[in-house]
Amino acid sequence: MKITVNAESREITTTILADALAELDFNSPAIATALNGIFVPQEDYSKTNLSQGDRLEVLAPMQGG
Amino acid sequence: MQIYGTNISSRLLLGTAQYPSPTVLKQAIEACGTEIITVSLRRETADGSGAGFWELLKDSNCKVLPNTAGCHSVQEAVVTAQMARELFGTNWIKLEVIGNSDTLQPDVFGLVEAARLLCADGFKVFPYTTDDIVVGEKLLEAGCELLMPWGAPIGSGQGLRNPDALRAMRAHFPDITMIVDAGIGRPSDATRAMELGMDAVLLNTAVAKAGDPVLMAQAMAQAVEAGRNGYNADPMEPRDMAVPSTPTLGMAELI
Repeated sequence: MKITVNAESREITTTILADALAELDFNSPAIATALNGIFVPQEDYSKTNLSQGDRLEVLAPMQGG
Repeated sequence: MQIYGTNISSRLLLGTAQYPSPTVLKQAIEACGTEIITVSLRRETADGSGAGFWELLKDSNCKVLPNTAGCHSVQEAVVTAQMARELFGTNWIKLEVIGNSDTLQPDVFGLVEAARLLCADGFKVFPYTTDDIVVGEKLLEAGCELLMPWGAPIGSGQGLRNPDALRAMRAHFPDITMIVDAGIGRPSDATRAMELGMDAVLLNTAVAKAGDPVLMAQAMAQAVEAGRNGYNADPMEPRDMAVPSTPTLGMAELI
């Protein structure tokens, strides 16, 4: 199914967030996610279901002022 | 200086953006002796670029203050703060809710609302605000224990646009930790903020965009310390007319 990942349309074969992150090559432990504008804690990755058209944001540490 | 129960000896908080290289950033952090550095969150790229920066932060031994830069709504700022708390392992958050893209002026209504939600959720909020005293009161009511009024628009390097308002704010909140955030361009701006009795200064662009960021980081640290010492030393008031500093008593009659 198709979901939007960091504003890009991506095809994934799983419906579980934890598996989707691995499939999408987000292997760094230093990431945080939000699904459809709601924060998803890391401990919920394996029990969070994804649906067609979901918007997933995957953020990482970045320089800031 | 106590910030949310943590003893901090350096009164300079440094941003980590826009440096020519990670090495220069690291040297600038060391040169100014800062203990608190600000960071952000952005979309992860496939190459895992965020992880390298995270390693640099951990090596610095500084406390990390994540921001919500770029957030224009309460919802965005709150969710970003939640993500930052998990990612950086801290409940400190520099709360920015931006109201205007050109001036990057805080949306003070959204700021107060977001501060209330985040304080209730256990965050230690560092609100980037204006020099408006009423907004400051609302932020304290919301649960903030410190205030971060702007000196001038973010990245403008204009210094303190309204020192009178900052002075009034200092007088109105004598016991609240206040950090001038944004607008500092030169060391003299930082000194001026500290001479007004501000507890600390937060700056980024002034160091990162200097010709020699490492030397400027050192200069800013010296400026902050000079301003703080000057404030504590209780400076004299300016006078309209000259007053001789050399004693006139005992002057010879030579004509």
